[in-house]
Amino acid sequence: MNLERRVRICLESNALSVEETAGDITVTVPAGRLVDSLMALKEHPDLKFDFLSDVIGIDNLDLFRKKKGKGKAAEEEPPEKKVKAPPPPRFEIVYLLLSLESSERLRVKIQVPENDMTVDSVTSIWRAASWPEREIYDLFGINFLGHPDLKRLLMWDGFKGHPLRKDYPLEGKGETRRLVYEQEKIR
Amino acid sequence: MTAESQCRIYPEAINEPEPSGDYVHINIGPSHPAMHGTLRIITTTDGESVINAEPEIGYLHRGVEKLGENLNYTQFIPLTDRLNYCSAAANNVAYEMTVEKLMGLEVPEKAQLIRIILMELARIADHQVCVGILGVDLGAFTPFLYLFIQREEIYEIFEKTNGTRLTNTFGRIGGVDTDLPEDFGPMWNKLRDGIRKANDETDRLLTHNRIFMDRAIGVTPFSAEDALNWGFTGPCLRACGVKRDLRRDEPYYMYDSFQFKIPTGENGDVFDRYMVRMIEMEESVKIIDQAYEMYRQMPEDAPLMARVPKIIKPPAGEVYHAIESPNGELGFFIKSDGTSNPYRIKIRPPCYMIYQAFPELVQGEMIADLIACLSSLNIIAGELDR
Repeated sequence: MNLERRVRICLESNALSVEETAGDITVTVPAGRLVDSLMALKEHPDLKFDFLSDVIGIDNLDLFRKKKGKGKAAEEEPPEKKVKAPPPPRFEIVYLLLSLESSERLRVKIQVPENDMTVDSVTSIWRAASWPEREIYDLFGINFLGHPDLKRLLMWDGFKGHPLRKDYPLEGKGETRRLVYEQEKIR
Repeated sequence: MTAESQCRIYPEAINEPEPSGDYVHINIGPSHPAMHGTLRIITTTDGESVINAEPEIGYLHRGVEKLGENLNYTQFIPLTDRLNYCSAAANNVAYEMTVEKLMGLEVPEKAQLIRIILMELARIADHQVCVGILGVDLGAFTPFLYLFIQREEIYEIFEKTNGTRLTNTFGRIGGVDTDLPEDFGPMWNKLRDGIRKANDETDRLLTHNRIFMDRAIGVTPFSAEDALNWGFTGPCLRACGVKRDLRRDEPYYMYDSFQFKIPTGENGDVFDRYMVRMIEMEESVKIIDQAYEMYRQMPEDAPLMARVPKIIKPPAGEVYHAIESPNGELGFFIKSDGTSNPYRIKIRPPCYMIYQAFPELVQGEMIADLIACLSSLNIIAGELDR
């Protein structure tokens, strides 16, 4: 049985969509059912995705902007008349799974809307998720519920902003880092 | 592997101090002679034993992923050199393969062989640095020099191939730009003997050296279960006894047609990591021999590049591809939106995953063993911080 079928059987209604690009399979699950789904994928005897390769954050802001730019004809009507559809979730988090037994790979994706930026941490399943989740917290500003030590990883504490967001300029916002030494603090 | 019974003259006496509760914080790095690159470890110590060691990273963060979003696909290749600068060719190929997978390009066989040869040379160079510096950190300076003479010879080959030594910017999307130099055969014959001689000398100076064995065997052991939970890959995982190598398990190019062994350890300690790297160097030599033999049978005018459009615009989609780099699974995740710039690039550096387990690895060990552990993991700040 091919991987796509097996994943669908394992996740049942939790699999919102299953896509394939260049032979890689991506399955989208609801953010609330993330930990359950990953556990199911890990324990299912036909799948055994027992190794977490990486956790990846994606900001889709520019994709929405481009879509708006393309449909110029539609924009000519006054914008007030349009029924305001809920905006598509801005962020995505991708979990790269690997089965050590069969060497199959699977990507599990969740969508994170801008108004609810809290996701359950998967460090309880794989400790390997620890730094990648800290990195996403640092560079995208997404919170992970249940992470043992959620703090900035690559940028320094006290840095404002999240550099990998698409609305953060490439050249930065002119931040400079000034080290405050302990003695100075006392004074 | 040498039996554990040979090590540890004083088994328990060294490592189990009475906790006094009187802890001292020692800040090692980010600029410290024993730190490789710009790593910082905040250690809490009780006497000489480590209670906790918390790594802080980001001192070499250059925002490679953000830069990549603003460059086109070809312009990103030089940035991949700066990830693991000890084996730049492997990074280049890993990135190029990912873009080729996204575009559905098939690289010509001759180009594949050239890539394999240079990647394996890079692997040898990387392992030589790691083993050499492990020796230096444990007080053995001589093997470092023997190994670095041979590393220099490897760089001579790189230089003759495309004019660069450390940061290769090797290959293009869809193939390679330059053929191997005409006198690669004699150069490789000389280098092969040199590598084997240097490895033999290192082996004799380190492997059965009483001081080295005491400092390496049984130091920071790690179980296979923990290693997999923490996302270990590469030599550090194989040292724990897991026989996993992407060249064998998810073969790319012609790796499945080569004969080579995958060494594994037992305890995952410093000594096993060292031994795995030493054996892998010899296996890489064998792979290069076989690949060069196949390369010689190729017609001279065989193509080096696939048919690639002038402007590289992969179709929209997401792709992940990983290769077995010298340090482990090096993967690139690319999200394309159909334009000439990648929408998002995520690099999965192998030592990023390994380094996050560092507190667990060194807890309860001596400070001097912390240094030994760090060098045996081969943490490269360039790929760690990106």
